[in-house]
Amino acid sequence: MKSGFRQSMAWLHTWCGLWAGWILFAVFLTGTASYYRQELSDWMRPELHAGAQRAEAAQWAVTYLNVVAPDARTWLIELPEARNRSLRVGWSDRVGPGGFTLATLDGSGAAAAVRKTAGGDLFYYFHFDLLVIPFRLGRWLVSLCALAMLVTIVSGVIIHRRIFADFFTFRPGKGGRRAWLDAHNALGVLALPYHLMITYTGLVTFALMLVPYGADLAYRGDRAAFQAELTGQMWPGPKSGVAAPLASLLPMLEQAGRLWGGGLPGRITVVNPGDAQARVLIARGDTDRISTTRQTVLFDGASGRMLAARDAGGLAERSWGVFYGLHLARFASPALRALFFLSGLAGTAMVASGLMLWVTKRRAMAKLGLRPPRGVRFAAVLNIGVIAGLPVAMLALLWANRLIPAQLASRDRWEFYSFFGVWAVALLYPLLRPNRAAWRELFAVAALLSGLLPVLNALTTQVGLNATLRQGDWAIAGVDLAVLTMAPVFAALAVRTGRPPRSAKVSARQVEVAS
Amino acid sequence: MVSTVWRAPAGVAIRCLAAIAGGYGLAALVAAACATSLPTGRVEAVLTGMLLSTAVHAGVFLWAFAARSAWHVWAGLLVVACLPGTALLLAAR
Repeated sequence: MKSGFRQSMAWLHTWCGLWAGWILFAVFLTGTASYYRQELSDWMRPELHAGAQRAEAAQWAVTYLNVVAPDARTWLIELPEARNRSLRVGWSDRVGPGGFTLATLDGSGAAAAVRKTAGGDLFYYFHFDLLVIPFRLGRWLVSLCALAMLVTIVSGVIIHRRIFADFFTFRPGKGGRRAWLDAHNALGVLALPYHLMITYTGLVTFALMLVPYGADLAYRGDRAAFQAELTGQMWPGPKSGVAAPLASLLPMLEQAGRLWGGGLPGRITVVNPGDAQARVLIARGDTDRISTTRQTVLFDGASGRMLAARDAGGLAERSWGVFYGLHLARFASPALRALFFLSGLAGTAMVASGLMLWVTKRRAMAKLGLRPPRGVRFAAVLNIGVIAGLPVAMLALLWANRLIPAQLASRDRWEFYSFFGVWAVALLYPLLRPNRAAWRELFAVAALLSGLLPVLNALTTQVGLNATLRQGDWAIAGVDLAVLTMAPVFAALAVRTGRPPRSAKVSARQVEVAS
Repeated sequence: MVSTVWRAPAGVAIRCLAAIAGGYGLAALVAAACATSLPTGRVEAVLTGMLLSTAVHAGVFLWAFAARSAWHVWAGLLVVACLPGTALLLAAR
C-alpha cells in the first residue's frame, strides 16, 4: 500500500502542479517583485523628491487638509516611513473605510506634481486580483491555485525520498529531463520553509473572504462589526456643530509612541475635524514589528486628551497578525527583504522548472512511442508565453512609464495596457514560431529591455544612475541596478533555451523510473 | 505511467469534487464550529476557525487522492465532519 500511496501523491503532485502552475508562476513572480513595490512606485514617479520628515509631516498634512477639505467628515494621514518617501493624505464625507479622495504631498507640504502611474501597485494587485477578470473571481482563482500550491508542496515532500541528497544533486550534463528534475528538487528543497510560509500566509490574508461563516455566525451577519473589532476602530458619534480647532498632533503621536514602547505610528484618522466632537485615532505602523495586529490609541481631537487604547489581543489574533505581517514583509530590513526576494525568485523558478519538466518528460515518452502526448504542444506554448513572456511584459511596463508623456491625463491606463498588451503578444508569439526560436527570441527581448532600461532612465529623467549613485539614492538606483543585473541572466537563458538538448537519448527504463 | 483503476475519469472526477467542494465544506464547517463554540473571546474564536480552515482544506485535498477508493474519501469526510457538526448544532441550540 505504501508504494501505492506514494504513486497517488506523485500523480496529485504532477496534475495539481500543472493545472495551477501557470497562474502560480505569474503570482509568484509579480508577488516577488512586490517586495519592492514601494521602490518601484518611487522609480515610476521620478518627479517625487525625498524630504518629508515624520514630525513635520503630520502638521503639513493638517495644514493642507484644512485648506482643501475643512468640512470633510474624515481625514486620513499616512505618515512617511523609511521606504516610503511620500506623505499621503485623504478625505471623505463619511466615516469608515473606503471612499477617500487621495493626494500625495511632497517635501514642502504641497500636493506633488507627479505623473499618474500604475506604479509597483500593478504587480501587487495583479498577484492576487489578476486584474483582467472581475476582482472577486480573480481572488477566488488565486486562492484556489494557492491551495493547489499547498497541496503540491506537501505531496512533493511525501514523494521526495532523498530530500538532502537531492539538494546536492545537479546533473545538467545528463540531458534535459534530468537537469530540470534536479533543478526542480534543489529549488524546492532550498526554500521549502519559505514556500510553505508564503503560500499558507497568502491564504490567511483572504480567509475572511473564503470562509466568512464563522464571523457571520458569531457577529450575526454584521461583518463590519467583526472588522472593526479586529482592526481596533473606535468610531465616534456625529458632529456636535460647535467649532473647535484641532489640537496639535505631535503630543498625541509622542504619547502613542511611548505607549507602544517606542513603536512608530503609521496611520492617523481624524473624524469630525474642526468640531468639538473631533476624534483622532492613531494606529501603529507595521514597519518596525512583524505583526500587523492593529494597536490603536484614540484621542479627543479638541483637547488632545487620550480616551482609549486598544492593544493586540489573544493568541489567535497575534498569530493572525504575525501570519499577515510575514506575508506582507513590511517589517523586513534591507538584508531580510533581499533574502525574501531571492526566496520568492527560487519559488518562481521552482514552479517554472516543474512546468518544464512536465513537457520534457512527455516529449521523451512520445519519442519512445509510449503514449501519444496529449496537450503537450498546448503546455509547451503556454510555458513560453508565461515563463518568458511575463518578464518581457513587466519590463515593458517600466519602459512605458518612461516613454508615455508625463503630462498625459490617462497615462496610468496606458501603462496598464502596455503591460497586458505586450503580455498578450508574448502569449501568442510562440504559436507562430518553433518552440526553441520563441524561447530564444523572447528571452533576448527581455535581455535587451533590462540591459537598456537604465540608459532610457538616464536619458528621460533626472534620476539616472549617474545622479542617484552620486546622491546615494539607493531606492531608485536599486531598481536600475537590479534590472541591469537581470540582463545577463536573460541573455544566458536566451542562449541556453535556444540550443538543442545535448543528450536526447532516453531509455525506456529511465522513463519508467521517473514517471 | 502506471494506470490503476481509480484513475478512470469517473473516479478522478469524484475525487476532485471531494477535494475541492468537500474540502471547502469541511473547512467552512470547522470555521463555523470554532467561531460559535470555542470558549475564548469572539474575535479569537472566529480567527482560530479561519486559521484552521486552510489547513483542513489542504488536508482533505490530500486525503481525497490518498484514500483507497472514492467511496472511502466521502465516508472519511462524513466521519470527520461529525465533530465540528455536533459542536455547531450544540452551539446553535
